[in-house]
Amino acid sequence: MFLELFFQYLVAGLTYGTIYAIVGIGFNIIYNTTGIINFAQGEFVMLGGMTAVSLYAFLPLPLAILGAVIITMAVGGLIEMVFIRWLVKPSVLRMIIITIGISILVREAGLVLWGEGVRSLPYFTGNEISALSFGGVRVSPQVLWSLGVCAIVVVLLNLFFKFTMLGREMRACAANRDAATLCGIPTRNMITLSFVLSAGIGALAGCVVSPITQTQYAIGSGLAIKGFTVAILGGLGNSMAAVAAGFILGILESFSIWVMPTAYKDAISISLLLAMLFLRPSGLFGNREAFKLKDF
Amino acid sequence: MIVPDIMPLLEVNNIGKRFGGLQAVKDVSFSVQRGTIKAVIGPNGAGKTTLFNLVSGFLPSDTGTITFRDTAIHGKEPHQIAGLGLSRTFQHIRLFSHMTALENVMVGRHVKGRAGFLAGMLGLPGTRREDQAHRDRALEVMDLLGIAAFADTDATSLSYGQQRVVELARALATEPAMLLLDEPAAGLNMRETADMAKLIMKIRDRGITVLIVEHDMSLVMNISDEIVVLSYGEKIADDMPLAVQQNPHVIRVYLGEDDA
Amino acid sequence: MRTGRHFHILILLAAVVAVQLLTLVAGKGFYLTQFTMTAYYSLIIIGLCLLMGYAGQISLGHAGFFAIGGYTSAVLTTVDLSAYKGSALTGILIKLSLLTGRQDLYGGQMLSFHPWAACVVAVILTVIIAYAIGVPVLKLKGHYLAMATLGFGTIIYSVVLGTQKFGAADGISSVPAFPLLPGLVVSGAPGLRVQNFYIAWGLVACGMLLLLNLIDSRVGRALRSIHGAEDAANAMGVDTARYKLNTFVLSAVFAAVAGVFLTHFNGGIGPSEASIMKSVRYVAIVAVGGMASLWGTLIMSAALNFLSLRGYFGSFDDAVFGGVLVLIMLFSPEGILQFDARTMVKKLFQRA
Ligand SMILES: Nc1ncnc2c1ncn2[C@@H]1O[C@H](COP(=O)(O)OP(=O)(O)OP(=O)(O)O)[C@@H](O)[C@H]1O
Ligand SMILES: [Mg+2]
Repeated sequence: MFLELFFQYLVAGLTYGTIYAIVGIGFNIIYNTTGIINFAQGEFVMLGGMTAVSLYAFLPLPLAILGAVIITMAVGGLIEMVFIRWLVKPSVLRMIIITIGISILVREAGLVLWGEGVRSLPYFTGNEISALSFGGVRVSPQVLWSLGVCAIVVVLLNLFFKFTMLGREMRACAANRDAATLCGIPTRNMITLSFVLSAGIGALAGCVVSPITQTQYAIGSGLAIKGFTVAILGGLGNSMAAVAAGFILGILESFSIWVMPTAYKDAISISLLLAMLFLRPSGLFGNREAFKLKDF
Repeated sequence: MIVPDIMPLLEVNNIGKRFGGLQAVKDVSFSVQRGTIKAVIGPNGAGKTTLFNLVSGFLPSDTGTITFRDTAIHGKEPHQIAGLGLSRTFQHIRLFSHMTALENVMVGRHVKGRAGFLAGMLGLPGTRREDQAHRDRALEVMDLLGIAAFADTDATSLSYGQQRVVELARALATEPAMLLLDEPAAGLNMRETADMAKLIMKIRDRGITVLIVEHDMSLVMNISDEIVVLSYGEKIADDMPLAVQQNPHVIRVYLGEDDA
Repeated sequence: MRTGRHFHILILLAAVVAVQLLTLVAGKGFYLTQFTMTAYYSLIIIGLCLLMGYAGQISLGHAGFFAIGGYTSAVLTTVDLSAYKGSALTGILIKLSLLTGRQDLYGGQMLSFHPWAACVVAVILTVIIAYAIGVPVLKLKGHYLAMATLGFGTIIYSVVLGTQKFGAADGISSVPAFPLLPGLVVSGAPGLRVQNFYIAWGLVACGMLLLLNLIDSRVGRALRSIHGAEDAANAMGVDTARYKLNTFVLSAVFAAVAGVFLTHFNGGIGPSEASIMKSVRYVAIVAVGGMASLWGTLIMSAALNFLSLRGYFGSFDDAVFGGVLVLIMLFSPEGILQFDARTMVKKLFQRA
């Protein structure tokens, strides 16, 4: 009985862990190309989930998800082009405030479009009560879906950055923007692309976990803090580490319910974030020396 | 050999600093006597600015000790070192934006003041008198350096040469025992450079010891009492100007290896 | 410089009187309630302006300090200690006249802390928490500082929302009036509306005077120098870490005092006062006001808070502040009062 409960918590932790990981990766993609922390990152997840629910009213599920991802990517690109592209060397403070403002606008737009109601997509396979049994541990197939999608996203991203021309150009842009510009890489477009990409994977995550965690217009800012925690835990800019950190946070949170009231769940992860920022801002797996050289 | 009857004002012993794979300053020792002008020269990247950053506490040193006014200052914070009477300027001008030239210089009076948050908020007569005294003192310094006319101009809107002098005034307003000047003549034209040389000597004549990094050789040779030469982080000479000029090692460094 | 400062404060007071007379003449006395609330929000905002505009440190958690002040005061003035009347500790508290008796809603006798005692405790608690948080947080810069303060705000929010003692989602109500001095009472009672309007704006005027004095003092110059060029400030002997910390604590105290007063004025406090959106709104107003401009910030705070409290933005309240934030930062990061339409248009055309 105890063991069973333990695994149930573990599975729940992994599920939330995937979404945190993906939001964390989204932070990293944009951070790597621009040096910006996009405070509106969580809103991409919300947009993806909500748009998919709306599209599902008249489209089959796979098409609804595809449509939602594409629409969110377009929104991500649009945000970059309208608000960020034309700023000349904006200060960090200015960028923080702008992306916070954007996140509020997107959220409020979500409120107008979809109201305050909580929505969710149907389970991709089976329904809420169907479960696969692993030696007595019951696991919803949707959990496997989200783990699988997370794994695919990570693998594809790695392939993209390592082996495609575009991915390499984006990495060059991340390493040294001025040098990349000199080499003829259209760095401006790379930045737009990074917004499109991170909007896309955020939206995908929003669709996959929607059946389990449900979606509402206001989920973005909470996710943004969690995602940032994960990005920091893993070391800003390091996406593989963010995945590991995502699972760590998800599982920690899930087990915290054992010893603390649920209401304090958020406080746990944020305390973790604060502790990390104070003690080891380079991340669990990060390199302290390398961190010091980055200028913030 | 003449043994100085007083301890040197600044004594640097075996100081070293490494950035990753680069040994920017390696095992450098030298001392500066009270009331003298000492110059640090060397090719670009020789480690001069790094040396200044070590002395003024902006970088922690890996090895060695620094003694200023008989106090060990390595490991101290920059503001503590400034409080002890060691003031510096920067190679790349760093004036406070959105503040007038006078206000910039008045920040230099910070170490001489005491008023804290509460006193500042209440603005009691005593505090205001103290503030006025500092204002007068700052204006005096600006007058001495010939920039009193720009007192109420926004500091960052002044010309480059004037900004350099404001920076000097700001450092001087702390009433330091020693001034560290990092390339004070960089970017100045010939006349401004000559003026700067005069100013520095004027400062020395007021009893303030000067340690200066400078690329302009004629300026260095004219004003300094002693010169330290750095190359790739190492000290290769430490002598009177004439002797340094004739030092074969120094000539080789400045003219390039293949000429030697 | 000094005469200008006092002159501006006088103009502020004149404007306050003018507003009161106008509402009187127009028969819109009820507007004063929103004006009073506006004043208390302005008090937090000018404190935040000192932190952001002059010391250059962002805080996305100031609503948290407001809530610490308000909730502490609310809890201490509504707690009923009459059951412990016999205990030694209660006896001492009564002796020190820190406790006061009053009637509860049902006519029963209650024994709780005097609002003054509660206010002092609230401020002390805020100072302690602000120091404890500030020491590690202010070592951080840029994004890290923003996220850390956001995290702090979120923790406070989820604690007040999740704790029964704080009334959870309902918050704390029936907080008593705050008798400041004989004849001066912070209270939302309709009969005291005019008095409270003047108390609130008097407090703002005092706050402004203190802060204006400060920025033109030794400390103020040190703060501005940190903002201008931190390492040069350091080289001039400014202990930048300490100054940032003290400013953080000072601005937290402004927020807490505002929280205490507004809680007594409203007769209660709810978790929404601790929400992140509130913190963001304060940042937005400082940004619109021009960051390093106390007067600009105060003017924008008065205008935007009043419009918002009167419900002019309807259900778009948050959206308005989000939009304002984005527009200002895009087109006129020096604040709306510095907005120069001509150069803006010129720039746009140059790009095209
Ligand atoms: N913070 C730092 N991190 C890494 N390397 C550094 C750092 N500061 C300086 N360096 C390196 O250390 C070496 C010495 O630099 P330094 O600025 O001290 O030279 P310098 O003698 O002042 O040169 P210049 O005449 O150009 O001002 C250079 O190679 C420089 O790139
Ligand atoms: Mg240098």
